[in-house]
Amino acid sequence: MGSPRRSETTAPLLDVRGVSLSFRGVKALSDLSFAVARGEICALIGPNGAGKSSLLNVLNGVYVPDSGEVVFRGEHFRQIEPSEAARRGVARTFQNNALFRKMSTLDNVLAGLARHTRSGFLTQALRLPGARREERELRARAETILEFLDLQPYRDLIVGGLAYGIQKRIELARALVSSPTLLLLDEPLAGMNAQEKAEMSEFVRDINRDLGITVVLIEHDVGIVMNLSDHIVVLDYGRKIGDGTPEEIRSNADVISAYLGTVH
Amino acid sequence: MSHVLSQTARLAPTVLPERRFGLRLPLLLLLAFVAVPLLGSDYWLGAILVPFLVLSLAGLGLNLLTGYAGQTSLGSGGFMAVGAFATFGFVVHGGVPLPLAVLFAGLVTAGAGLLFGLPSDRIKGFYLMVSSLAAQFFFEWLFQKFPWFYNYGSSGTITLPRLEAFGYDIGTAVGRYYVTLTVVVLLTWIAVNLVRSQTGRSWMAVRDMDTAAAVIGIRVYRSKVLAFAVSSFYLGVAGALWAFLYLGSASVQSFGISRSFQILFIIIIGGMGSIAGNFIGAAFISLLPLAIDHLAQAFFAGHVDAGLLQNIQKALFGVLIIGFLIKEPDGLARLFRTLGERLSSWPLRF
Repeated sequence: MGSPRRSETTAPLLDVRGVSLSFRGVKALSDLSFAVARGEICALIGPNGAGKSSLLNVLNGVYVPDSGEVVFRGEHFRQIEPSEAARRGVARTFQNNALFRKMSTLDNVLAGLARHTRSGFLTQALRLPGARREERELRARAETILEFLDLQPYRDLIVGGLAYGIQKRIELARALVSSPTLLLLDEPLAGMNAQEKAEMSEFVRDINRDLGITVVLIEHDVGIVMNLSDHIVVLDYGRKIGDGTPEEIRSNADVISAYLGTVH
Repeated sequence: MSHVLSQTARLAPTVLPERRFGLRLPLLLLLAFVAVPLLGSDYWLGAILVPFLVLSLAGLGLNLLTGYAGQTSLGSGGFMAVGAFATFGFVVHGGVPLPLAVLFAGLVTAGAGLLFGLPSDRIKGFYLMVSSLAAQFFFEWLFQKFPWFYNYGSSGTITLPRLEAFGYDIGTAVGRYYVTLTVVVLLTWIAVNLVRSQTGRSWMAVRDMDTAAAVIGIRVYRSKVLAFAVSSFYLGVAGALWAFLYLGSASVQSFGISRSFQILFIIIIGGMGSIAGNFIGAAFISLLPLAIDHLAQAFFAGHVDAGLLQNIQKALFGVLIIGFLIKEPDGLARLFRTLGERLSSWPLRF
């Protein structure tokens, strides 16, 4: 990490303030606050139903919180359209793959560049030089990401039939290609075997370190979380019960009783 | 790693048909522009190829909306009517030359499509299809109710006195064929451009999973409404060609609900989300009745009456639609592609 230049860099990239969310009276999140610093990997952990995915959905505008606000890059939001969040630099992947099943790997990744498309409809319809140049640039960007995530062998295959682990990686590529400021990963390692998990967490580390992208991720594998993240937020029944470095979380009594279990 | 690769390749054998054309496209164009007019009779050009091309164009219009953007519609006939009646209006009431009138009519139809696409924000799938029926019936009513649209004629039909483009008479079968072919080639080229651009990718993303599309920054609603407008533009132009270059004189009945179904069948049989599929589907739907006629003539010469043949035809189409929906939802285009792939690797694996 570079030396802090201005006060902007010391302010958190993402600041969640008093967010509450309920579904028909069932509280999913209650008065939740935490901050994510620029350049860190922040993990959200907690038992099933603790509100982790709901929280991600609030962060990129899929859900609107009942109260509280989200501050991203100094801008305050309570309600934001998902496409608008994406345009401001929030990218995400889903717990159950949400790829465009009938499109090729390359087209899936290219679709992720929607917010970087400048050429208009007519320019594209008539394939004017502007559109052709832009298409070349977009393709070059997509190829870079495919290479970064070792996905070239699957470039022209329809994603619907690919193996689960590959699909997860393609979804990551699609999120990554738009050069987001903040990347939200919903259980990026779920359903993977040990080797795939190791590969994937290596990819996440590279994304964070080499590309300088701030990552917020949900993960159940505590061993990997402790290794990978700089900062951990623990949720239980929609409340925050722990917030700190992996070491602090490891010794937090509340967390241990709620989630980690007794240390033998 | 190669072992893993070959396995995935078998799981997902579909490689996108990008840059498949190569030499085949120029050959096809040469055939269509030079060989066919030289060899074809007036009957073939005017009564078979012109309607085939127009139906392909209409299929293309609906396919952009349904096959690519995933929005269902049964209003194709209605939008074709808008194109035909608007062309007529521009020529008769406005004195606009025919080519320009068709372009304007396309734009008017695009506007109408945009309007009827507005509910797609809230309504999806089956219910959207039902709401598109509203467009169909509204336009049928509109062009019958107000005589201004057909210039106060007694029969309610629209006819252009003389078919002329850029000073040339295009009323002959060859002329009508060339004009239709040129328009269809041009609009197909534009459709291919769109489908391979960010616009087309956004449509397909919305079709495959709209929440994910929004999350990666695609403006879903705008994408849908744009698809309605573009699709309607194509249908409007197709309607104008159908009325004046094929039929010669048309009325609302030429664009009824059965036309909408015909266009839908073309894309189901030809292939959703395929450009070539529209041509295959349209060829199939316009040639099958002829083939049945010929077969009936050859085998039962006069023993089967025309009414029965018509019913047989309908039953056959019904069975085919059901068959395709179950067995090959991607249509004939996919069937041909798979066959081509198998043949190209024939001795090794069939």
